Amino acid sequence: MSDNRIPSRRGLLFGGAAIAAGGLATGCTSNSDKGDPTPAAQTGALGGDNDKPGKKVTIGFSAPAADHGWIAAITKNAQAQAKRYSDVTFKPVEPTNDINQQISAVESLISAKVDVLVLQPNDGEQLNQVARKAMDAGIPVVNLDRVFPDKLSYRTWIGGDNYGLGVAAGNHIGKRLKDKGVAKPVIVEVQGIATLPLTQERSKGFADALKAFGFTVTAKQDAKFTVETGNQVAANLLQAHKKIDALWNHDDDQGVGVLAAIKQAGRTEFFMVGGAGSANAMREIKAGGVLEATITYSPTMAGSAIRVARLIAQDKGLADLVERQVPQSIALASETVTKENVDAYLPLGFES
Amino acid sequence: MTDAGVSLTEKARGPRPKPPWARPGGTGRGPGEIRHLGLVGALVLLGIVGVVTEPDNFLTSGNLVGILALAATIGVITVGATFVIIGGGIDLSVGAVMALASVWATTLATQSYGPVVMAVCAILVGTGAGLVSGLLIAYGRLVPFIATLAMLVAARGLAQRLSDRKTQLVRPENDAIEALSTTKVLGLPLVVYIFAAVAVAGWLLLNRTTFGRRTFAVGGNPEAARLAGINVRRHTLTLYALSGLCCGIAAIIIMARTTTGSSTHGDLYELDAIAAVIIGGTLLTGGRGTLAGSILGVLVFTLITNLFILNGLQTSDQLIAKGVIIVIAVLLQRRGLRSPT
Repeated sequence: MSDNRIPSRRGLLFGGAAIAAGGLATGCTSNSDKGDPTPAAQTGALGGDNDKPGKKVTIGFSAPAADHGWIAAITKNAQAQAKRYSDVTFKPVEPTNDINQQISAVESLISAKVDVLVLQPNDGEQLNQVARKAMDAGIPVVNLDRVFPDKLSYRTWIGGDNYGLGVAAGNHIGKRLKDKGVAKPVIVEVQGIATLPLTQERSKGFADALKAFGFTVTAKQDAKFTVETGNQVAANLLQAHKKIDALWNHDDDQGVGVLAAIKQAGRTEFFMVGGAGSANAMREIKAGGVLEATITYSPTMAGSAIRVARLIAQDKGLADLVERQVPQSIALASETVTKENVDAYLPLGFES
Repeated sequence: MTDAGVSLTEKARGPRPKPPWARPGGTGRGPGEIRHLGLVGALVLLGIVGVVTEPDNFLTSGNLVGILALAATIGVITVGATFVIIGGGIDLSVGAVMALASVWATTLATQSYGPVVMAVCAILVGTGAGLVSGLLIAYGRLVPFIATLAMLVAARGLAQRLSDRKTQLVRPENDAIEALSTTKVLGLPLVVYIFAAVAVAGWLLLNRTTFGRRTFAVGGNPEAARLAGINVRRHTLTLYALSGLCCGIAAIIIMARTTTGSSTHGDLYELDAIAAVIIGGTLLTGGRGTLAGSILGVLVFTLITNLFILNGLQTSDQLIAKGVIIVIAVLLQRRGLRSPT
């Protein structure tokens, strides 16, 4: 093919337009407009003498790479808390979603002889060995959220309670419907990824709590934690049930799509409860609409993990407990955020 | 799917080289119509299943409108994919490009210019990505499968980068975007009209213009097309740009439906689009196919999802049903091929 003709007029116009488009488009990629709200300006309840500077400690930190807002907030919260203490040297490693990379990252922290490790594994089973190695080397491990199967692999576990999240959602919905006097309510559940144990635990907690009120889940369907799937599943579910009394959605990020579907269908006869506690969901609750409450599964746990790690390294206990040392396991309560208390929770919400 | 990797020369040796001046569509009689009848039959069958299992919910206007609105995003993308596949190529990047366009259009900087610029931005980003793939394939001589696979990965990555992996909400002052899915004209939301407009425009382009005829020629036998005086490379480039354009339009629809731009949008759309095109009777090797078939294919898949959720069945069963339907459709397609055109 010999293509050495003079470019046609149309070709020139087209090329010119394409280049202009490129120029215009590159001007539109900036995302830095308002100042990023620092998620962890939180001071929390921990305090007393423990807040005073003590022995200098180095905290190693490894977490999965952020693929959604919640994980991003984990790293941010950890960083913010570490910054609050003059006696803490924060030593994070490059976040990754690759198991092998995380293992070697943790190994590098072990050989750097940090005083304590805060570890959120990509997979508890697969990182168990390397956590154990750290413990054997005399470095206490604070296990964040995804638990290691072997108790010898961590000094303290701190994390959320998925079953409790379901229970809290069930309790809120059950109580509201009981107060309203609904006899046989239609309760609909939009799950996250159905194959994950965390989703199954949430659903079980929800069903168990509803049972106490004599209610059952009418229909449930799994989405994939993304806005788009939330929208799709909710749009179809709303068609399947002409009259709904309550809807529980497992995750506030996919909840954006669920809310959009509800609005597009023009449905107002029911109320919705969310999960995780994103700042966006809290703003919706505050504005007052179909989303009435959300249950926290808060990434602030990363901040708490840093504080706990610091105390372990300094050989201190939690100020308000009688014991000399930090407990072996701390499960966060699943707190229900409603219009009444949303103002107190807004600073803790994460941007999804 | 690996068929997509066949080289141009291999395709040139294809079974029955069709002269480029042959009737557009090339499926006016015989297998094409049978295939369409099959799809219409499948739709009717699914409709009957819906009426029988969910008599109160299925045949309501709300549900039927809902199905069309749900089909709009993937439907628009499928129109572009049909062109590419008839033209002898494949575009694996559609979902990722749509995600990128949605993210680019919802950055704070873009949003500050208002909804019109957001829509234009989505279209430009989509078309731009399509042009890049097209250039790589037509002039860089990359196999379409590889070039668009690279685009899939890169566009998804860029989308994550731009959005910082967050979900970007369409801001309240730009709610004209959201209005596309909440405003109804004659009972149908505007996104359905966008879908219809794209489908009609695509049909006209494919069946009533020189461009369409050349698409069949290039896909059927590129060597013959070149000898007949068609600039095959430039035509190929245009096909991918067209697919990108459709992704940009789909991005507007997804922003309207979900009120967000996100790097997670359009996950596995490439497979849905290709599946719809194939069960619509388009040859994966190019040169033959219809747009109406692809649209019917999209509707069949959307209807299946709807029926399963109406009946409270799990997504895993849906996937099995979709797989079975693809296999049956392709088997029918092969039967159709064997009979003389």
